[in-house]
Amino acid sequence: MHSDRAPFGLKIAAIAGLAFMHLPLLLIFVYAFTTEDKSYQWPPPGLTLEWFAVTWAREDVWEALSLSVKVASISTVIALILGTLCAAAISRTRFFGREAVSLMVILPIALPGIITGISLRSAFNLADIPFSFWTIVLGHATFCVVVVYNNAVARFRRVSGSLVEASMDLGANSFQTFRHVILPNIATALLAGGMLAFALSFDEVIVTTFTAGQQQTLPIWMLEELVRPRQRPVTNVVAMIVVMVTFLPILGAYYLTRGTDSVAGQGK
Amino acid sequence: MSDTLLGRISDTLWRNPRLLIVALLAPPVAWLGIIYLGSLFALLAQSFFSIDEFSGLINYEFTLKTYGELFKAYNLDIIVRTVTMALAVTIGAAIIGFPVAYFAARYARGPWKALFYLGVMLPLWSSYLVKVYSWKLILAKEGILNWLFETLHLSRLLNAYLSLPIVGGNSLSVSTTGTFLVFLYVWLPFMILPIQASLERVPHSMLEASGDLGATPVQAFRTVLLPLAFPGIIAGSIFTFSLTLGDYIIPQIVGSSRRFIGQAVYQYQGTAGNIPLAAAFAVVPIIIMGLYLWWAKRKGAFDAL
Repeated sequence: MHSDRAPFGLKIAAIAGLAFMHLPLLLIFVYAFTTEDKSYQWPPPGLTLEWFAVTWAREDVWEALSLSVKVASISTVIALILGTLCAAAISRTRFFGREAVSLMVILPIALPGIITGISLRSAFNLADIPFSFWTIVLGHATFCVVVVYNNAVARFRRVSGSLVEASMDLGANSFQTFRHVILPNIATALLAGGMLAFALSFDEVIVTTFTAGQQQTLPIWMLEELVRPRQRPVTNVVAMIVVMVTFLPILGAYYLTRGTDSVAGQGK
Repeated sequence: MSDTLLGRISDTLWRNPRLLIVALLAPPVAWLGIIYLGSLFALLAQSFFSIDEFSGLINYEFTLKTYGELFKAYNLDIIVRTVTMALAVTIGAAIIGFPVAYFAARYARGPWKALFYLGVMLPLWSSYLVKVYSWKLILAKEGILNWLFETLHLSRLLNAYLSLPIVGGNSLSVSTTGTFLVFLYVWLPFMILPIQASLERVPHSMLEASGDLGATPVQAFRTVLLPLAFPGIIAGSIFTFSLTLGDYIIPQIVGSSRRFIGQAVYQYQGTAGNIPLAAAFAVVPIIIMGLYLWWAKRKGAFDAL
């Protein structure tokens, strides 16, 4: 008879699956401390904190990091605006072309990144737009919209229409209603979507290789190191820090939407 | 003054819901339509041009010659190799991902549920390049995997495997198996989440009913659970398939010199300067994904996204 205990085999397979996903990331944490700097030798011959100081003093790492943060911040703001507008329209009503619009939002991540990248690059070339900080942002914002949109559209559906009507009946105009009724209701979803968009942009490399000129975002810096390893210890440390930095927005987004998800689950 | 103006705008929008929709949609549609779709069509248009073999300049006349290039043996090879890899990665991810998703959806409770959720979300969102990098460390000749095989005295087994054609190579880091492992690792979380979402919706009573009606666990899995989870698997496969089709970084860093579609596109547009052929190559994954999405939609996969 079925019990609420998982079959042993399933439990093992599930835990093995999780381990498969996490052990490689943990390995990076070990490598950040290794004394070996010429190869990827395992087990590490010794452990040291030396490389953290070396990395800290590296100008190029700091520059790449600050460019990545700037690009991700601006792309996130653009994605927040566009994604929220789109979600508001799609969730409120049914109209002609609704499917087409939602397809258009999803397309930039549904199609392989290289296609987005190469189309943008050839379009910039055709239009004689020089590659710059803004061409990177243009690309990033385009595929970040969908993350915000997905989060916002789910929440908009749960914001009851009667709340909006009540607010209007009580004399608030559309803008006041948005500010005082809708926004507080969707705020956490937007924050979560924004964090995910930030993480997405911060990590993006494929589109960036096509839309960046001479600028190096942190992923581009890492890609160079991957193709031609020159400073393995510094790369190890940067990789470890990147893992830790991307965990923060994910944990944040999780805690922000956790409550609503469990409520939705209970409602089923 | 501005208050009454805002009020008037507000009233107009409220009375004309259509106007409101237009106002809401105009910025995102303009952005995506002009920047994204515009560039996409500009690219596709270029696939109908051809490159002059002598001067290396683009000949701006409509021709299907460039598409003809795709059907040359060495280009066809690239397409077949990429699609095969995408299929293998998708199947591998479904096999490894299903137990994780099933356990998380059906048995995990309380803190375990959170653990499994974060356990999938964290690798999903952690940096793509860092994940690839971690496999470079793992697969390196002096790395942990070779060390493990040596410690267990299984090196001969590994060498025998590496001497196989197609999947083998000089070492794991320059073999197709290595490429497969990295693809599998990097895209696995994209498979687990939709499967889990579809399994969450399977009422437990259905499995109990099938058991009461005499189905063995294997039969219950095949005839009840799998069909119900299938839209989720397809939804996940959209990601694994599409992401593998277009990737050019993983096979460049871990793998043999045999090229994939992404690498071909990258080289044709970059060093070779042959934008028309690069564009024609880019159309291949679009068409494959278009067919795939159309099929997935018919199977109801989008409800599981």
